[in-house]
Amino acid sequence: MNKHVMDEAIGETRLDRGTQGVIGKGAPRYEGKLKVSGTAPYAYEYLAGEDVAYGFIVPASIAKGTIRSVDATKAEAVPGVLTVISGDRIVRAASQPMAPAAQTIDGEVFHYNQPVAVVIADRFETARHAAKLVKVDYDAKEGRFDIAARTTVREPASMPMEPNQTRGDFESAFAKAEIQYDQTFTTPSYQAAAMEPHATTAKWDGERLTVWTSHQLLETAPGQLSKHTGVDADKITVHSPYIGGGFGSKLGLGPDAVMACLGTIATGKPVKIALTRQNVFQATSRRGETVQRVRIGVTKAGKITCFAHETDTTNSPGNGFFEPSGISSVFLYPGEDRIVSHNIVETDVLMASACRAPGEATGMLATEGALDEIAEQLGLDPVEFRRMNEPEVNPQTDTPFSSRRLIDCIEEGARRFGWSDRPKTPGSRREGEWLIGMGMASASRKNDLMESSAEIEMSPDGRATVRTGMTDIGTGTYTILQQIAAEMLGLPLDMVDVELGDSRFAPSSGSGGSWGANSAGSSVYVASLALIRELASRIDADAETLTLKDGHAISGNRQIPFADILKGEAISVTGKIEPGKQAEETHQASYGAHFCEVAVNVVTGETRIRRLLTVGAAGRILNEKTATSQCYGGQIWGIGYALEEDLVIDKRNGLIVNHDLAEYHVPVHADVPQLDVVLLEDRDPHASPLAGKGIGELAIAGVGAAITNAIYNACGVRIRDYPATLDKILAELPDDYLTAA
Amino acid sequence: MRPFEYSRASSVGEARTLGGRFIAGGTNLLDLMKLEIETPEKIVDITRLPLNEIKETGDGGLKIGALVTNSVLAADERIRRDHEVLSRALLAGASGQLRNKASTGGNLLQRTRCGYFYETSQPCNKREPGSGCAAIGGFNRIHAILGASTNCIATHPSDMAVAMMALDAVVETEQADGHNREIPLRDFYRLPGDTPHIENELKDGELIVNIRLPKPKAGYHVYRKVRDRASYAFALVSVAAIVKMDGSEIAEASLAFGGLAHKPWRDPKLEAMLVGQTPKRKLFEDVADALLADAQGQGENDFKIPLARRTLISVLSEATQGA
Ligand SMILES: Cc1cc2nc3c(=O)[nH]c(=O)nc-3n(C[C@H](O)[C@H](O)[C@H](O)COP(=O)(O)OP(=O)(O)OC[C@H]3O[C@@H](n4cnc5c(N)ncnc54)[C@H](O)[C@@H]3O)c2cc1C
Ligand code: SF4
Repeated sequence: MNKHVMDEAIGETRLDRGTQGVIGKGAPRYEGKLKVSGTAPYAYEYLAGEDVAYGFIVPASIAKGTIRSVDATKAEAVPGVLTVISGDRIVRAASQPMAPAAQTIDGEVFHYNQPVAVVIADRFETARHAAKLVKVDYDAKEGRFDIAARTTVREPASMPMEPNQTRGDFESAFAKAEIQYDQTFTTPSYQAAAMEPHATTAKWDGERLTVWTSHQLLETAPGQLSKHTGVDADKITVHSPYIGGGFGSKLGLGPDAVMACLGTIATGKPVKIALTRQNVFQATSRRGETVQRVRIGVTKAGKITCFAHETDTTNSPGNGFFEPSGISSVFLYPGEDRIVSHNIVETDVLMASACRAPGEATGMLATEGALDEIAEQLGLDPVEFRRMNEPEVNPQTDTPFSSRRLIDCIEEGARRFGWSDRPKTPGSRREGEWLIGMGMASASRKNDLMESSAEIEMSPDGRATVRTGMTDIGTGTYTILQQIAAEMLGLPLDMVDVELGDSRFAPSSGSGGSWGANSAGSSVYVASLALIRELASRIDADAETLTLKDGHAISGNRQIPFADILKGEAISVTGKIEPGKQAEETHQASYGAHFCEVAVNVVTGETRIRRLLTVGAAGRILNEKTATSQCYGGQIWGIGYALEEDLVIDKRNGLIVNHDLAEYHVPVHADVPQLDVVLLEDRDPHASPLAGKGIGELAIAGVGAAITNAIYNACGVRIRDYPATLDKILAELPDDYLTAA
Repeated sequence: MRPFEYSRASSVGEARTLGGRFIAGGTNLLDLMKLEIETPEKIVDITRLPLNEIKETGDGGLKIGALVTNSVLAADERIRRDHEVLSRALLAGASGQLRNKASTGGNLLQRTRCGYFYETSQPCNKREPGSGCAAIGGFNRIHAILGASTNCIATHPSDMAVAMMALDAVVETEQADGHNREIPLRDFYRLPGDTPHIENELKDGELIVNIRLPKPKAGYHVYRKVRDRASYAFALVSVAAIVKMDGSEIAEASLAFGGLAHKPWRDPKLEAMLVGQTPKRKLFEDVADALLADAQGQGENDFKIPLARRTLISVLSEATQGA
């Protein structure tokens, strides 16, 4: 195995030389034609034409209690029903990312509409109908559904960050601060709401278990399924070649995967389970709601002296994962004395897990709003206030930043957006019934490099095939891996194939936490170097200086086609990237800035977004088109956070009331204006051999606050209780706006 | 979804003799059947019936076949010219795909979007008479502020029906015994009272054949829909208004409201207050106050009271200035 450990900053690489000229370019998606022609098979579409059975979940009709009995007699009597599986092997929800297995129900109900049983039948319709006939008796117990009640408060796990990070003595510093900002923000629960629901096709042939499932992180999947089924992990293959979005909700293995496997083993027939939208909302995972107290001490001149961000967030029994709202607060702004802390308030609601930029997405709604409020109080422009408070080093640990172009992003954004034209006071710019305002916010997303590996096989004709257990959840992974291999190996794009999503391939980082491109991409980089060394040695050339272009090795005045070097033999190499000392010695994050213009209706309190610009700096951009597209997605989710998304939990009984896409509102086309994304030239030699950093979730971070800050600038209403629905704006809109109408 | 018997009717007569639940676009009924909120044993597919034309009635009005789709209706030249408020209301509803499927008859009969109605493990008097109403004291943001009862606080979700209410539409039906009847839309819907499961005056097996619009109402037409996102969301509050001016006075006015009650709301008293008056803010405020005199919030939907008030005032000032 060829391994690169990221212990030192990277120097100039073949990616910098750009001899082939494909890296960074907006190459079209590798799998694009398959997807737009409907021929890229998704998990549920495998085994077309085979005799398969279908599963349907029986949900619990209470939120907490003990299952006294499950009576499946009526369901089993329905012609076509093969079996009804109930008992302790049924899982509560999806598994947590990288967990050894999902939580089984063990005779209990942990949340409303938790799976209790699964019906397997020869047809989908039969299974769905029979599921309604399963009679479950419960001993219902009193549940906890309200974060504000704080009935049970406990320490979080250390996933996905160290939950409590303090420095100095915040309380005394804050008491002495010239200006004391102290406000509480709340964010509701959210659903990832990927387009493709969690779905699985599973086939047991008596010896091997083959599973096609919509899953972001294959690495641990066979092991998890082994625990659930008793089949040896090495007899389990998991495939996820195409995924219709995951947004964190498919980092864990879906309940569909576990139950389809149980179903195929029980019946001997391949089993398909696609979760209904209602199942997705109530039996996979969600983002925990938060209550965030932000306290910032500032001098009258505008210097931040101390910073505290304390978060309550929810999860269900046995789950240590927490929404890390303070993740950016650790390093984004200065202050000698600091607190970043998190508590879990235990509730009897569907487990909380990773969802679209865990931490930044919720935390920066609070902190970026807070900065706007303080800037206003000080009479400072929010841009200027941020410029004045740019730390030299990570304020928590004093480690240097690897690369940090936050202020460049802010300044570039301000210039392009026409920030100087921002209305000076709320309510001062009006067009008919609409008040116009502008807002901005910073963006930051912590960067992680993960262990990942990839194989490259070069066939005798000089074509390369990249294989890794990595996934592409719609982000562009296929395409960037193709570009990296092509650039490194000096091949035209159409001479490189990419195969992903197979648990037998070299283990990878999976897609999550915006680390996929950098981690999987670096493994392809490492494998490419090994392949180059092999080619060079065969022609007695120096690997370092050997030029590779268009399928030829060029050394001195020799220009040799790869096929001639290979002489009929295929070469296969594997490369691996591992994080190293650089992750400790430097602080790594991607940065950006958002600028937004909104119109708020004085009659109804409705907000419409008029313009939205994001400027980002995330190290080397591997594909301009897919990176920009990721940012558009982030901006759109930001519109959702700011204005619409709210997974409503009934505080009396724990029911998720709006469990479908008709009533759980995500942005629709009409909510989304012209979006602009600008990516600054950036290299981060400490982050990875690619000198790149995560970008997927960068644009989500803070964008919602740019919107609510714009709402304030338009109409003078501060939103601290998200989302900014019209009722909240209406309640505080001064009446004189109306009479002036 | 429960197994059901399916048949397809080839004539109106056959439809009513086949006996069973009619299905048109299926955009509402099928969703409800999948969740077993509706469990018909027999389905009669009426989509092949010759009820998809819009005909002129001679007195300047239009007869809209029950199967005319929402898309076709919204785009019809005569509707756009003479009954503009209807076209606007249709286009403010659902999405392009849904409107292509949704029928005029089915739209009138679509059921509430109350979250507890959709959750079969929750008490709901509309779904299961006598079981209670989970929305009272629960999440009732989209619920009624007018005409609700202690048994049900649901709203009717249609936009189309609100505009038709303002246009004085008439529902033409054929009953199971073959008799035809006409029901003015304003008498068609019921308030929940203690029978929220009975939503309108249709009898078992009664087929909507046409919806008739009387001769066009001249004046300025407005449909204003306020909702939680810019498109593809049901109305929190909607106002359909047609106002005709005579010089500086209001000559005729027709107002209907969505999102406020168990049915599209029409209150003739408001129109009487407007007619013969000179438009003024104070007048509009009085009309809005009259509309909302008996309004009652349920907690989460309290905001609908000021929202309806402000929206109506704004619509009236637009309609009177535009006319
Ligand atoms: C996600 C979503 C969003 C939506 N948003 C909106 C919106 O914003 N505004 C809005 O107004 N609507 C909205 N709708 C609702 C949509 O307009 C209705 O579903 C549609 O109009 C119903 O028409 P249909 O022909 O599909 O009815 P079906 O589902 O076929 O039937 C509905 C009911 O009418 C009965 N029926 C149908 N035709 C007849 C007839 N001729 N005689 C007697 N009974 C009949 C059926 O038996 C059934 O009870 C939305 C729907 C969805 C799913
Ligand atoms: S408001 Fe009506 S529809 Fe909703 S739960 Fe109550 S009874 Fe059922």
